[in-house]
Amino acid sequence: MKFGVIIFPGSNCDHDAYWTIQQVARQSATFLWHESQDLENCDAIIVPGGFAYGDYLRTGAIAKFSPVMESVKKFAEGGGLVLGICNGFQILCESALLPGALMRNVGLKYVCKPVHVRVENDDTPFTQACRQGEVLSIPIGHMEGNYFCDDSTLAQLRREQRIVFRYATPAGEITPEANPNGSLDNIAGISSAGRNVLGMMPHPERASEAELGCVEGFKIFQSLVGSMATR
Amino acid sequence: MKAYVYVSLKKSVLDPQGKTIYGALNKMGFKGLEAVRQGKFFEITLDRDLTKPEAQAEVERIAREVLTNPVIEEYRFSFED
Amino acid sequence: MPAYAIAPELIQEHGLTPDEYEKIKRLLGGRGPTLTELGIFSVMWSEHCSYKSSRVHLQRLPTRSRRVVQGPGENAGIIDIGDGWACAFKIESHNHPSFVEPFQGAATGVGGILRDIFTMGARPVAIMDSLRFGPIQGKSPTELGSAGQPGAAVLTQAEVHKNHSLLEGVVSGIASYGNCFGVPNLGGETKFEPCYSNNPLVNAFALGLVRRDQIFYAKAAGEANPVIYVGSKTGRDGIHGATMASEEFSEASEGKRPNVQVGDPFLEKLLLEACLEAMQTGAVVGIQDMGAAGLTCSSCEMGARGHVGIEIELDRVPQRETAMTPYEIMLSESQERMLLVAQKGREQEVLRVFQKWGLDAVEVGRVTLDGKMRVLEHGKVVAEIPNQALTDDAPVYKRPVQRWEPPVPREMPENIGLAGAGDLTADLKRLLGSANICGKRWIWQQYDSMVQTNTVEGPGAGDAGVIRIKGSQRGLAMALDGNGRWCYLDPRLGAMHAVAEAARKVACSGATPVAATNCLNFGNPEKPNIMWQFSQVIDGMTKACEELEVPITGGNVSFYNETLGEGIYPTPVLGVVGILENVRKAGQMGFREPGRAIVLLRGGEPADITDVESEFGSSEYAKEILGSVWGYPPELELEKEAGLQKALVEIIAGGLVDSAHHCSEGGIAVALAESAFPTEVGAKVNLLSRGLPTVFVLFGEDASRAVLSCDLSNLLRIQQVAVKYCLSAEHIGETVPEKMEIQLDGRVVVSAGVGELLDVYEGALERALRTEPVAAAN
Repeated sequence: MKFGVIIFPGSNCDHDAYWTIQQVARQSATFLWHESQDLENCDAIIVPGGFAYGDYLRTGAIAKFSPVMESVKKFAEGGGLVLGICNGFQILCESALLPGALMRNVGLKYVCKPVHVRVENDDTPFTQACRQGEVLSIPIGHMEGNYFCDDSTLAQLRREQRIVFRYATPAGEITPEANPNGSLDNIAGISSAGRNVLGMMPHPERASEAELGCVEGFKIFQSLVGSMATR
Repeated sequence: MKAYVYVSLKKSVLDPQGKTIYGALNKMGFKGLEAVRQGKFFEITLDRDLTKPEAQAEVERIAREVLTNPVIEEYRFSFED
Repeated sequence: MPAYAIAPELIQEHGLTPDEYEKIKRLLGGRGPTLTELGIFSVMWSEHCSYKSSRVHLQRLPTRSRRVVQGPGENAGIIDIGDGWACAFKIESHNHPSFVEPFQGAATGVGGILRDIFTMGARPVAIMDSLRFGPIQGKSPTELGSAGQPGAAVLTQAEVHKNHSLLEGVVSGIASYGNCFGVPNLGGETKFEPCYSNNPLVNAFALGLVRRDQIFYAKAAGEANPVIYVGSKTGRDGIHGATMASEEFSEASEGKRPNVQVGDPFLEKLLLEACLEAMQTGAVVGIQDMGAAGLTCSSCEMGARGHVGIEIELDRVPQRETAMTPYEIMLSESQERMLLVAQKGREQEVLRVFQKWGLDAVEVGRVTLDGKMRVLEHGKVVAEIPNQALTDDAPVYKRPVQRWEPPVPREMPENIGLAGAGDLTADLKRLLGSANICGKRWIWQQYDSMVQTNTVEGPGAGDAGVIRIKGSQRGLAMALDGNGRWCYLDPRLGAMHAVAEAARKVACSGATPVAATNCLNFGNPEKPNIMWQFSQVIDGMTKACEELEVPITGGNVSFYNETLGEGIYPTPVLGVVGILENVRKAGQMGFREPGRAIVLLRGGEPADITDVESEFGSSEYAKEILGSVWGYPPELELEKEAGLQKALVEIIAGGLVDSAHHCSEGGIAVALAESAFPTEVGAKVNLLSRGLPTVFVLFGEDASRAVLSCDLSNLLRIQQVAVKYCLSAEHIGETVPEKMEIQLDGRVVVSAGVGELLDVYEGALERALRTEPVAAAN
């Protein structure tokens, strides 16, 4: 399997995703420069975390205009697997590959801490190694993670089971206290209608090695590798 | 010619920054406040050769396609010669 | 060059003395300087750049060991950490700018220290910071008016409010810069004392990794090699920032806002990637960032280090504003700029890299062999100064030193009694909720502590920050420490404690402390008492660094931390770096599970009652609960301390313990509570009074101690290690579920639920910040 990790000016979790894919998941990985339209025959694309273009104007607002995103859009429309993490999720929403928007955290401050998310749908290429209702501990680190969409979009997301992760207590209850950023319906991650695009605020690459204290995020990468093998 | 573009969160969207400022102003004893909304302001200096209708169209497009996220934000703009 | 009549007032405005001006003329071969040259001398000879008051003392510090690759004098110190890796690290102050504009001041402080690291070719992998503010908890004037706390008398509710906003601004500034740049912040330390009310301290530490054979130096070489300017365009920001940092604060300083630079972390991130990539081409000869005194400092220092000259053509310097004068361009402190020297003929390779990252990179001059800094505007020379005149020949002062006694009683005041024998749970809670001891989660949760996926122990997890090194078994541990109040009471002993405690924190993570960096925050060096404090601090630091084998590889001196004649406590802050042979064995500070043995590992034995009474006056308990400060800091036997640290490393490497946590502010009672917090596993211990007062046994701050928890079966082996290093390892109790119980000679003196203590500890800071002082709005 070959993964492509996009580098925008200001990406800063690009190397982290690359490391996890190559050294932990033992898959091949390549960096894709934002100015290039060539996705180099990758089987899956990672839009990494960071501050693309400094997050100036709005998070993800400038990145969506870069040449590489045009190719990513086509790739996704053709069913290609795209995972947006944190800033990557914000970019995917701005690019309209996913609905809604990520607004400033309700607490107005950047929050970096481990949170718990409940797997709401295990029937996606990103969660097939998880169980429905399973609770994963994965860290977040963001200022704009407060997911928002209008009522009809939310209804649609629910109907189509596209809400993939929700912030929960360690026991798996969805409570306001478990919500770190004021996100609508405790949403931490959603997928596209075709299930091939996933955006999530928590950083699975930060919870993929025992040395770092947690491995539950690695299930996302495991799922991806597994799903590609059976594709 | 200069264009001034104002971008703010839609009325239907919660604006925690505006709310916080509102709370703080009240606490400081400022009177007669009903609400505060926070937004962004852009000052765009345009090429002299542009006609007013051309400028209007261009700024409209910049505001709609780049400066605003239609899911959460709205915009308005004005000109000054 | 046009002759320029320099009026005496102009010389004074530039912070130069008449003698210094005469020296300038001598160094220029008898002629007077042009205005541009005067500006250049004034910044280069400022305290900030020249270290003119501190240099004679700094020479005493130990700076060498077999690990030190680069000592003081470069952008950062470098040590060899094995496996072909080296690490560059340094701490630097940004106190004055942070007082004037907290957000930008702190942000650009982080930006500056990061550039110091990556100019050496090292990728920054961790930052930390040491912060000092005035009180944030509203108190009655009588509580504040206690003896020996400078600044106490002038503290008002409005000032408490100002301290809130300084803290909030500084923390968001650090967060905004570090998070965007993408370097994990491993925490640090934050303390509050009235003396910092109008003089907050913002000391930023950064550490980077570089292959041992790929280090870059800030040294120019090679005749006719091109000098390339990279990064942000030059504007009028921060002109005379370096001289501002070398003056006391007055009411007028708050009007200095336009002088403060604005940081662009996004641009700095691009600069990092581009510089590291450009270095890989092999076409870069030398590189230095433009920090204080901007283009001036970078060009003359690079020239001086390489014993060459540098010629700059100002017309080529990218400028953000129009009609800038040579004076302004040379002195601008616009952020995110670098100066580099490339190999002639290979400049295109370098320029291409910067172009790829969308950065301005322009050839602005060339290297000459005449050892001079020559500045041209429209083809005319506007400044021509020998580089040595600006660097090595800068004035060095042996300023007068006069012994000083803090205005506090040296013996315990008679109205204070330590005899109380009742329940001390309430006192423990007050301490846990006090600003200096309480949890700082509100601060560090705003920092990205995990980016780069190397963080093994982030803030709150252990005594030190610990990162792994990808591709190596080894890890690095780092910690900051400084106790201004102790240095105020005894500068020499206080400085020894700062070294010892920073190193002890590193040892508690299982790492061997190997090197240190210092940030020396003091008042006005022209006052003999302040200079005495400084000299004493250097002496103490020298002794402790020698004994604990942590040479100083660089750092920073910040003088003139005074407002309206009120100085801060002498506040040296130490950053100690240690090496963990196996990062998987890093020590944690939290108890793991109930039913484990708790051991107090200690160096010296407690002193007799007279010493106890005089030492207890320096403790947090005395300050917070007795409302008084007196006496001296605790005694410190460096030999015992060294033994303790070696023992900790050996015990942790041997896998003998679950947890290790150093004892400091708030004594053993607070150390036990802090060990209980990460997992909410409690403790039941019995301490022996040996005839000493209860409050001292619980809250006394004896040095060289650590609380361990372990499997009972390991106790004997721990005790064997302790004996080897002449320490005692006393089995004081067991871990238990959810409860904290401390007995003294078998009598319960503290009893509380861990959750209850944790609420106080975790919530205190946020509660203080949320409470609006009543008078603030007026």
